Amino acid sequence: MANIAHVAEHTARDLIDHLPLLQVLVPFCTAPVIVLFGSRRFAWPLAFISSVISLVISVMLMMIVREGGYISYTLGGWAPPLGIEYRIDATNAFVLMLISTIGTLVLPFAYTSIKNEIRNRDHTLLYACWMLCFTGLLGMVATGDAFNVFVFLEISSLSTYVLVAQGASKDRRALTAAYDYLIMGTIGATFFVIGLGMLYMATGTLNLADLADRIANQGANRTVRSGFAFVIVGMGLKVAIFPLHLWLPKAYTFAPSAVTVFLSATATKAALYVVMRFVFSVYNPDFSFAKNTLEIIFLPLAIIAMFSASFVAVFQVNMKKMLAYSSIAQVGYMLLGIAILNEAGLTASLLHMFNHGFAKALLFMGAGVLVLKTGGSFYLQISGMGRKMPITSGAIVIGGLSLIGVPGTAGFLSKWLLVQAALERSADNSLFLVVALSIVLSSLLAVVYVWRIFEVLFLREADVLIPSSEAPIMMLIPMWILAGSCVWFGFSTDLLYDVANQAALNLLEGSMGMSGSILNLGMN
Amino acid sequence: MGKFFELQFLTGHIHYLLFIVLMMTGLFIVVDKTNLVKKIIGLNIFQVSVFMFYVSIGKVTDGTAPIFPMDSNYHVDQAAMQTILYSNPLPHVLILTAIVVGIATTSLGLALIVRIRESFNTIDEEDILQIEQKMTRDDNQKYKYLLRDML
Repeated sequence: MANIAHVAEHTARDLIDHLPLLQVLVPFCTAPVIVLFGSRRFAWPLAFISSVISLVISVMLMMIVREGGYISYTLGGWAPPLGIEYRIDATNAFVLMLISTIGTLVLPFAYTSIKNEIRNRDHTLLYACWMLCFTGLLGMVATGDAFNVFVFLEISSLSTYVLVAQGASKDRRALTAAYDYLIMGTIGATFFVIGLGMLYMATGTLNLADLADRIANQGANRTVRSGFAFVIVGMGLKVAIFPLHLWLPKAYTFAPSAVTVFLSATATKAALYVVMRFVFSVYNPDFSFAKNTLEIIFLPLAIIAMFSASFVAVFQVNMKKMLAYSSIAQVGYMLLGIAILNEAGLTASLLHMFNHGFAKALLFMGAGVLVLKTGGSFYLQISGMGRKMPITSGAIVIGGLSLIGVPGTAGFLSKWLLVQAALERSADNSLFLVVALSIVLSSLLAVVYVWRIFEVLFLREADVLIPSSEAPIMMLIPMWILAGSCVWFGFSTDLLYDVANQAALNLLEGSMGMSGSILNLGMN
Repeated sequence: MGKFFELQFLTGHIHYLLFIVLMMTGLFIVVDKTNLVKKIIGLNIFQVSVFMFYVSIGKVTDGTAPIFPMDSNYHVDQAAMQTILYSNPLPHVLILTAIVVGIATTSLGLALIVRIRESFNTIDEEDILQIEQKMTRDDNQKYKYLLRDML
C-alpha cells in the first residue's frame, strides 16, 4: 500500500473506496429492512449477515491503516472541513474491529437467549433496535465530525434504552433501570452538545481535525476550556467514569442477558474512544488544563473506581450484578492508562479495552447460559452448575482468569503494560510507584470476586432438579471462540500489541496525527 | 471582574445569561422532582436551553436570514449579493437534528413511564424506590449467600 498525495476531489470508483461509509451504512440499512420484512424468521439471519459484513469491512480497514496514516472519506464528495468526513486511522479501526467482532459473536448467543427471555412478538423490533445500537456505536467511532459523534451517540443511546427496558418481561426493575439510564444519558449527551457549541463558537468548525488545528494555532481561551469540561463530563457519563457510573449496575443487571453481553463489551468502549479522541487529538495534553484534568481528576478517580467498585463486587450475591461492578472497576484501569500519559500507558489502555471486552463478554455470556438453565443468576441458583455443565463453566473460568490478569491470558498483557507504564513515570515522580502498587492490589480484589464464581460453580452442591446438560451449541461456539482468543492473545502477544501501539502513537501525535499521511483506498 | 457588572456587558450577553438560567432551571427540576413526568419536563427545558444557545450563537450583528436575493424569475440580484450580510445558518441546521433527538428522547421517556405505571402502579420516584428496595431485600433474603459459607 503506497502512500499517495491527497487528491482534492473525491474520486470513488470501487466499492472498496466506500468502506468507511459501508461500515456504518450496512447495519443502519438492515434495521429498517428487518422491520419491513416484519417476520421473526428473517430478523435474526438478516442481523447476523449484516454483522458479519461489518466485521469483514472493519478487518479490511484495519489491514489498510495498520501501518499508520489514515483514510479520509468525504460524504457526498463535500470536502472537509465544511462537509462531513469519515476518518479512519489505526485508533478507530482498532475500536471498530472490537465492536464488530463482539457484535458478530454475540448474535449466535443472543438467538437462544432472547428466545428464552423475551416474548416472541417483540423479537423483530428487538433485532432492529440491536442493529441501530450497533450502527450508533460504529458511527461514533468512524466519524471525523464532532456533531456527527453526537448524532450517532444518540442513535446508540436511544436504542440502548429500549434494549435495556426489554428485560421487563423477567423483572420489572428493568423499566426503572432504563428510565434512569435515559435521564442520565440524555443529560450526558446534552452536556456534550453544549461543549460542542462552545467549541464551535471559539473556532467556527466542527471537523475534529480542523478543530484540532485551530485550537492548536489560536491557543486556549475560556470558551475552549469550558467546552473541554462539558465534553469530558458528558462523555464521562457514557463511559461510567467513577462518580458518573450510577446507571450502570442496574442497567446491566436487569437488561436481557444478550443485551448485557453486547453493551458491556462495546458501549463504554466506544464512549471511551471519544474521550481519548478529544483529550489527545482535538485538545492536546500540551495544554495545561488537559494535562491537569488527566493527572488531577482522572488519575485519582480511576484508582478510586478500581478499589471501590471491586470491593462492592466482592459482596454481591448476583453474578450479573457482580460483573457489572467489575466493569466499573475495569473502566478505571482503562482511564488510568490514559491518565498515566505515556506511550505504554495508552497502549495498555487500548489493549485493556480489547481484552476486557472479550473477557467480560465471555463472562456475561456464561451468566446468560446459567440464566437459561437455572432461571436466574443469583449465586444460590447457579451453585454447583460447574459440575453439571463443565464445558460452559470451563469457558467461564478462562474468562475469569483473564479478568484477573493471570499470566497466559490476554488480561495479563494489558495489566503488565499498565504497571510498566506507571513504573516508567515513577522515574520523575515517585507518586507513580503508588499507582503501580494500586494496580496490583486492586487485581487482588479481582481474585476474590472471581474466586467466588469458581467456588459457587464447582465446590457447591447443585440443585438436583436441574438436569445436567450443556448449553446449546449456538451458545457454546461464541463462548469458546472468546475463551480461545483470551488464551491465544495471552501467548501470541505481538499481533494485538503492534496494532494497539500504532493506535496509541497516532493518538499521542496529537493534532499532528490527524493531519498525517492520507492513504489511498483503491488497491493500486 | 468589574466588567461583569456593567450594564452594556450584561445586555450584550443577555442570551447567555438566559441560557444559563433556563439550563439550571431544567437541571434543577430533573434533580429535585420525584414525579417521573415532571423529570421529563425538566429534561425538555434543559434541552431547549441548549437549542436556544445554539440558535443565538448563529446571529451576526445586522445579519439577515440566509436566503439568496432572488426574484420570482430565479434572477439573482448581483448588486445585493455584494452588500448583504447573512446570519450563520449552520447552528440552526445542527439544532434541527438535536430537536428531533429531543422529541425521540421525550417520547421514549414517556413510553417508559406508561410501562412503569402499569407494573409499579405509581409514577413517584420515592414510592418506586421503596418498592425496589423491598424487592432487593427480598431477593437478598431468598438467595442469601453468606461470605462465611465460602470459608
